[in-house]
Amino acid sequence: MTAAGADPGRAIAATLAPSGGRKTAGGRRRKPTVDYVTFMAVFLGLPLAIFLIFVIWPFIQAVFYSLTDWSGFSPEMNIIGGENYLRLFNDDIFMTALGNNILLAIVVPLVTIVLALALATMVTVGGPSHGPIRGLRNSSFYRVVSFFPYVIPAIITGILWGQIYNPAGLLNGLLGLVGLDMFESFPWLGDERTAMGATIFVIVWGFVGFYMVLFVAAIKGVPAETYEAARIDGAGRFRTAFSITIPLIRDNIQTAYIYLGILALDAFVYMQALNPGGGPNNSTLVMSQQLFRTAFNKGEFGQASAMGVVLAVVTLVFAAIVFLVNRLTGGKEERGRA
Amino acid sequence: MTTQAITTAGAARGTSEPAFTRKPKDTAGDRAVGAFSHTVLVIWSLIVILPLVWTLITSFKTTREIFASPFSLPANWNFDNYVSAWTQEGIGNYFLNTVIVVGFALVIVMILGAMCAYVLARYTFFGSRAIYYLMLAGLTFPVFLAIVPLFFVLRNIGLLNTLPGLILTYVAFALPFTVFFLYSFFKGLPDEIAEAAAIDGAGEWRTFFQVMLPMAKPGMASVAIFNFLGLWNQFLLPVALNTNKDNYVLSQGMASFASSAGYAVDFGALFAAVVITIVPVLIAYVIFQRQLQGSVSQGTMK
Repeated sequence: MTAAGADPGRAIAATLAPSGGRKTAGGRRRKPTVDYVTFMAVFLGLPLAIFLIFVIWPFIQAVFYSLTDWSGFSPEMNIIGGENYLRLFNDDIFMTALGNNILLAIVVPLVTIVLALALATMVTVGGPSHGPIRGLRNSSFYRVVSFFPYVIPAIITGILWGQIYNPAGLLNGLLGLVGLDMFESFPWLGDERTAMGATIFVIVWGFVGFYMVLFVAAIKGVPAETYEAARIDGAGRFRTAFSITIPLIRDNIQTAYIYLGILALDAFVYMQALNPGGGPNNSTLVMSQQLFRTAFNKGEFGQASAMGVVLAVVTLVFAAIVFLVNRLTGGKEERGRA
Repeated sequence: MTTQAITTAGAARGTSEPAFTRKPKDTAGDRAVGAFSHTVLVIWSLIVILPLVWTLITSFKTTREIFASPFSLPANWNFDNYVSAWTQEGIGNYFLNTVIVVGFALVIVMILGAMCAYVLARYTFFGSRAIYYLMLAGLTFPVFLAIVPLFFVLRNIGLLNTLPGLILTYVAFALPFTVFFLYSFFKGLPDEIAEAAAIDGAGEWRTFFQVMLPMAKPGMASVAIFNFLGLWNQFLLPVALNTNKDNYVLSQGMASFASSAGYAVDFGALFAAVVITIVPVLIAYVIFQRQLQGSVSQGTMK
């Protein structure tokens, strides 16, 4: 009865799901009574004012500052057009950071999703191939354990793994135990070849469990009859995973890819915890670190704002690419099946 | 024993499976797949658990013991490291600041977010779509785009490096997510109840606080859990906007502790501080794990 644990959650989720029908409650005309006016002023005005002042207004200002040579503390500021951007694209260090971000945005979601999907599949439909479709025994234990890193603050995750990767840390100790003595006091974060890989693993470690739970819920949303039909048709486990599971939960995968990609394009916390200086030969330097340094250490606020705009544009382009790829491959799938 | 479970499970589920006349055995393939899956899952569980256990043990060791061997057990099991982390390194102070900031921000954002979502979901007026899309923009653009101007906005109103300033910023950046989640929630609530309240003479305020908000409790709980995690983990906003050491929150305090003075760090105390930070979330996680995983699942049902 491993599935029973998730059933209440699903029942709740089903009742929670928006009904989709458009409500017309507000459609009728209201007289602007005192009650109504104060209600709107407080309910809409207050949150909106905070949101506009602290989120939207800074966004707009950032775009403007990026066109100036403002240094922040002097009132003088000259509009210099695209010069900040031009300087960025000729700045080798910033371009290295951009490249690292793009690498992260490709690898982190890919590894996390493949691993989470594999674990979720085992947990939900990895059981014996007879009787009702079910997962492994004790699967809720695995779910509870793997989800836990998600609730640990990211900075703590970083510090923790920084100590594990320490030359005298847990990892080298374990490798020594199994006889790999050449790793004795190997600096995982201090070597250009391993720094980025080690960092990526830390981010993956933090998020696999979360996306595993997400995919488990999605897979449980697929009717058992679909899996039974596939089994009767003689589909094996891999065939079922690739032809049933993945196509049916592809929207969840797309959402996961976008969230993880946005996270990887930021990555500030992890990088600051593992290699605050940008890593050996800037091999783990990311745009956000460079932005922070340019703004708050060097005081070049115009230049830093331009970096912020580049970061925002890259984020939007990334999301657009994921949507586009999903649309294109999805379309092909439909035609193939017809 | 397994077949017994299968027959009862099959009967309970009411599947089309006929009563078993023969006892199906797990095939060799099934057993291989099961063993393989369990192995993979156990390995991943170990990758999750081992670092945490190691941290716990190491937190009782002295710095010299830590560098002598990663596996040795501490010679003395005592809480010296915890005491020095809590008092000398200021973790206690950071902890208190975090509780204050996250507590206030969470309450404020839940109230304001629910109010805003309620109005957007249930009233049509000029500009409501525009506000909705503005919220979407706030959710999509990276915080890094706003961080430089935000610094000066807070400085100009005199709230830079203060806890109220940090609370306001937390509220502002948690608002779009809160509004989005609760928007679909309030949209799904039946009209009849609001109408009944109106007929009974309840004003707009009373309808919200006494009728609609209580109905939204499950949604509020889910959003509150995610907001709590997000705000407790927030790092960039305090690092940029709250640089007075007395006002540090836990995340930035830990970062500065870990990097301060390089090799002069008291590593025993560092590990103790890590444990101090993890234990509250671990306890909360064990208590709320059902609800939390349920909340994640809800997100997928949309």
